[in-house]
Amino acid sequence: MVLRALPWLIAALTLALGLLFAWLKTPLIIALSYGLSALGVSMLIRAGQVSFGHAGFTCLAGYAVVAVSRAWPQTDALLLLLLGVVAGGLVGAVTGLFVVRYRGIFFGMLNLALSMVLFAVLGKFYNLTGGTDGLRMERPPIFGQVLERAGFETSLLAVSSLLVVATCWVVARFYASPVGQALTAIKSNEVRLEYLGISAKRVFFTGYVASAALCGFSGGMFALIQGLVTPEMGYWVRSGEYVFIAVLGGTLHPVGAFLGALAFEFLKLFAAAALTGVWQLVIGVVLLVLIFVAPAGLVAWLARTRPIPPQQPAGSAQDQA
Amino acid sequence: MAALLQTRGLTLSFGGVVAADGIDFDLQAGERLAVIGANGAGKTTFINMVTGYVKPTAGKISFDGKDITALHPRQIVQLGMGRSFQLPQLFLEQTVQESVQLAVAARTRQLRLLRPLAVCVDAQEIQQSLELVGLAHRAHHLCGSLPEGHRKLLDIVMALVLRPKLLIMDEPTSGVAADEKHGLMDTIMKALDQRGVTSIFVEHDADIVTQYATRVAAWIAGRIAADGPPELVMSNDEVKSVVLGH
Repeated sequence: MVLRALPWLIAALTLALGLLFAWLKTPLIIALSYGLSALGVSMLIRAGQVSFGHAGFTCLAGYAVVAVSRAWPQTDALLLLLLGVVAGGLVGAVTGLFVVRYRGIFFGMLNLALSMVLFAVLGKFYNLTGGTDGLRMERPPIFGQVLERAGFETSLLAVSSLLVVATCWVVARFYASPVGQALTAIKSNEVRLEYLGISAKRVFFTGYVASAALCGFSGGMFALIQGLVTPEMGYWVRSGEYVFIAVLGGTLHPVGAFLGALAFEFLKLFAAAALTGVWQLVIGVVLLVLIFVAPAGLVAWLARTRPIPPQQPAGSAQDQA
Repeated sequence: MAALLQTRGLTLSFGGVVAADGIDFDLQAGERLAVIGANGAGKTTFINMVTGYVKPTAGKISFDGKDITALHPRQIVQLGMGRSFQLPQLFLEQTVQESVQLAVAARTRQLRLLRPLAVCVDAQEIQQSLELVGLAHRAHHLCGSLPEGHRKLLDIVMALVLRPKLLIMDEPTSGVAADEKHGLMDTIMKALDQRGVTSIFVEHDADIVTQYATRVAAWIAGRIAADGPPELVMSNDEVKSVVLGH
């Protein structure tokens, strides 16, 4: 019950804060954008895999959105968001073809390597990508209306909040579905999955493409609110932040990624303002505290769910041979 | 009558070690075959080859008239061969009910993306399957929290709900307390009989073998040293000295 209400609560709170404090609109939308990417990462964490390169999808989708908006300035912001999802999903489908063959550290590092190749390419191809300066875009119309900055930000915040609720619902349905359950099963036993007649690789590929599409969604949202994309969006540190947020929020329910993102973004915002030189220290201490207080993440803590105790690992069929 | 499972010249070598030495083997539908042998005799290697986990270096495997030598485990499962493991292979972070539901969804090809798993499968079938092996009261427990005997049963029922023609069980009673072994085997065999499933089980306990098998194959150093009715194989001199240690 708590979990079902949480996405609505977050959307309402986000919207209310944005309307009450105009300066908060941008950080709130950025937090929701980070939450989408972290949700993509947390989807893979449920399968026992950690990607240190998913910011690459966010970045690439952001560039796709800006490129289309520069070529066709009348393209609506909602269409651009959809474009981000498609771009992320398509790139995820291409890279997923070989990345899903790997597990553990190899999977994590392969994703990192791909994102760093992208980072380097975006930085070097100045004429096409604007180099490290990135690419700017004009404010696009939203719902067919060309709005001033304040109106655009309010509309984008409202749309983003509602889309976050919709995303949580869809992803929660996915987690509960046979494919979602099979994805979770990859974490504990791929051998058994194969002996049920289910292709673990195909299931993981589905999860990987979905996670890349969520990052694409995030990249589109980020590009719209900032009006600027730079290679920094795809830097490995950003990918690390997504992992941090996913762990902070927890993977029990999709809303955990948004809880983690809001906590992370606001912690960073206020810590940087109050303790400018040592804000990373504050984040580190908070993370340490959370590991003890809420080891399964904020969402599990709120839902009063205990983390699953460590179990005896299942031996592989090969071990028994 | 054509054999349900047939191997011809099945060979597997790991360097100088021959784990399977040209095995010719036939299993007819309806048989309950016990595979016995000392540790390292090649019993699990044989099962791993037959179920597609390990590819033989030479030879051919046929199941239900089809050549399955080069197939993946999931393709072999889809043809009607189920398997349980010596160390139960479970989804430790999912519940007993979810595990069985996933197995049923795999069989019925209901691998949907947005429809809840519980809705994709027949709830009555799940309940009956769990009752069949006495796990209904554990339906909502995490697999990782089950005692060993229940893990074995869940491992078997997950294979059983796939409605296999042949179920291969690797040491179904290993790790189970001595006084619980017969109860466990009674439950398993009752479930197999109800569904008319042919079975192969690897077993070390001579009592279990003689009580539940209709045929015994004794493995010694990667080959079948004796094969036939339990009383005949168990009284074979080579089997008695090498396998049973008498």
